[in-house]
Amino acid sequence: MQVAVKIENIRKTYGDIVALKDISLRINEGEIFGIIGPDGSGKTSLFRILATLLLADSGTVSLLGLDVVKDYKALRKMLGYMPGRFSLYQDLTVEENINLFASLFGTTVAAQYDIIKDIYSQIEPFKDRRAGKLSGGMKQKLALSCVLVHKPRILLLDEPTTGVDPISRKEFWGILKRLKAWNITIVVSTPYMDEAMQCDRVALIQDGNIMSVDTPDNIVNEFPARLYAVKTSNKHTILTDLRDFEYTGSAFAFGDHIHFTDVRTEFTNDELKAYLEEKGHTDIDISETTATIEDCFIELMRKKI
Amino acid sequence: MRIILFIIRKEFRQIFRNKAMLPIIFIIPMIQLLILSNAATFEIQNINIVVVDDDNTVTSHRLISKLEGSPYFNLQEVLNNRQNGLKKLDKGQTNMVLEIPLYFEKNITNHIPVKLQLSADAIDGVKAGLGSGYIQSIVSEFGNALIQVSGQTTAIGGVRISYSYWYNENLDYKTFMVPGILVLLITMIGSFLSGMNIVREKEIGTIEQLNVTPIKKHQFIIGKLFPFIVIGIFELSFGLALARIIFHTPFIGSFWLIIAFALVYMLVVLGIGLLISTITDTQQQAMFISWFFMVIFILMSGLFTPIENMPLWAQKITLFNPIRYFIEVMRMVMLKGAGFQEIKYHFLIVGGYGVALLSLATWRYRKTT
Repeated sequence: MQVAVKIENIRKTYGDIVALKDISLRINEGEIFGIIGPDGSGKTSLFRILATLLLADSGTVSLLGLDVVKDYKALRKMLGYMPGRFSLYQDLTVEENINLFASLFGTTVAAQYDIIKDIYSQIEPFKDRRAGKLSGGMKQKLALSCVLVHKPRILLLDEPTTGVDPISRKEFWGILKRLKAWNITIVVSTPYMDEAMQCDRVALIQDGNIMSVDTPDNIVNEFPARLYAVKTSNKHTILTDLRDFEYTGSAFAFGDHIHFTDVRTEFTNDELKAYLEEKGHTDIDISETTATIEDCFIELMRKKI
Repeated sequence: MRIILFIIRKEFRQIFRNKAMLPIIFIIPMIQLLILSNAATFEIQNINIVVVDDDNTVTSHRLISKLEGSPYFNLQEVLNNRQNGLKKLDKGQTNMVLEIPLYFEKNITNHIPVKLQLSADAIDGVKAGLGSGYIQSIVSEFGNALIQVSGQTTAIGGVRISYSYWYNENLDYKTFMVPGILVLLITMIGSFLSGMNIVREKEIGTIEQLNVTPIKKHQFIIGKLFPFIVIGIFELSFGLALARIIFHTPFIGSFWLIIAFALVYMLVVLGIGLLISTITDTQQQAMFISWFFMVIFILMSGLFTPIENMPLWAQKITLFNPIRYFIEVMRMVMLKGAGFQEIKYHFLIVGGYGVALLSLATWRYRKTT
């Protein structure tokens, strides 16, 4: 497997704030690589460095063997970068936008129709509409068409699904998976933990550090403890009561349940149930559950602290 | 080349789709031309004047009626008490007080020189200066008429100046102002619009998407600036036509020479706009910086204050003012019929200025931060 993106010891600071703390990462050719982390974790800085728009303070990045600083001119022809914020011309129509970007890359929509067909055909009925008048999901499809129109080897998608409705998000990931057929390396960031499962591999990033890089399944499998979902009638006090429990490893709200781990390997539901009953909870429901990426993320964050 | 054309097409589309932009480009400048050309005049009329007539004779009445008949003065009152007249001046109720002394008529008939006292409110220095000038000419004309009547031509006022105003025979201020105001209009349109344009792309984030494409700096900048050159030249031509039709401004020289100079001049204006937009991040910042320079450039352009009247150091500063050169060229070509030979240094200076500014701006414009 060829390495498409090689990041070595990248550091980026803005004044006193360290956005990226000596990050190193390798992304293989043709994979969908997810960069998962909350807002402010350094995702966008990393993307802008990859996209040749931002210079790192130290460290090197090479994409397809080309250095982002020295060979940026050659690289820009092979990259498709979609910023987190919609940055097409809102006062131009769908068709004018895509034609503009095609011509900037020295090609035409007709010549590249095969690669964008899957996406562009969905918004083509609205080609005379101004981009600013499109819905969030359609805007993303247009933006993706515009960055695909020159058949890039690497796609950099910075939070492409933020602000997009769940159905469109699902569709969007379907499109990305079909793009793998073109052997395009896709680097995608998202603050939504559930989307991590759609990636081939993910990096969990927090405060400018990469905490873990692996396939989503491995990350989930490596969850260090048995995880229980706890639910009782009293939603207000359950979290604090669980945290007060002598053997609690972690307790976090997760939907309408509390995800709970116990520090002991031997653990019985009854013991916890007795404790909760003592605290005045009724309708107690404790069941073992499988960890999600989010649980792993929280666990990793907790360990760091 | 194809890429430049695409950018140009995109810019034109965006300009014509922006509903606020069209009136800014096409209507507001024309309104400005119409208003400013009529309003910004140095001719002073309707100066309020109070006469204190201590003599109260036929001769003094004749002088007063001369004042009354002048378009420059608005005779408010004729008093016979000096103090009352000066009080009016104090209170700002009048601009000037002219005092006709006692024995005015008697002394004139006896060939004794008479003195008139003029007090002017000089808060508005231009008005006071011009007003006393007008009074002087009215009084000396009045004196000469008296002399001719009495048949004595030699004693007083032997020297007379006769005036001949070249290139603007009737001293029409519009002839003088309109070419200058046209220059201001295309300067403002050019520098503001181009300055705001690129900053706007920064603000809405579209520049980010553009920067990752292989587009070259010069393609981007030429594509951005070309539409504004077209708009600027169009406006200038339209303005010149309006000047001819509405103000009957003479146009002796070559129209194409003006256009050729305007093309060179636009490089400077757009260079300023571009430079400002590369060093600012928001349209607001760009607007303030543009204004700062525009106010200095306009006030020091020689349009409102003759450059020769400025202190020497200020005159030197105006050598860096592009507006000054274009106004000079406009007046020289339109009113005097100057040809290329007469304005070749203007071409050289403004051309050099433009190339320098554009190179600086292009160099400053970064695709990477």
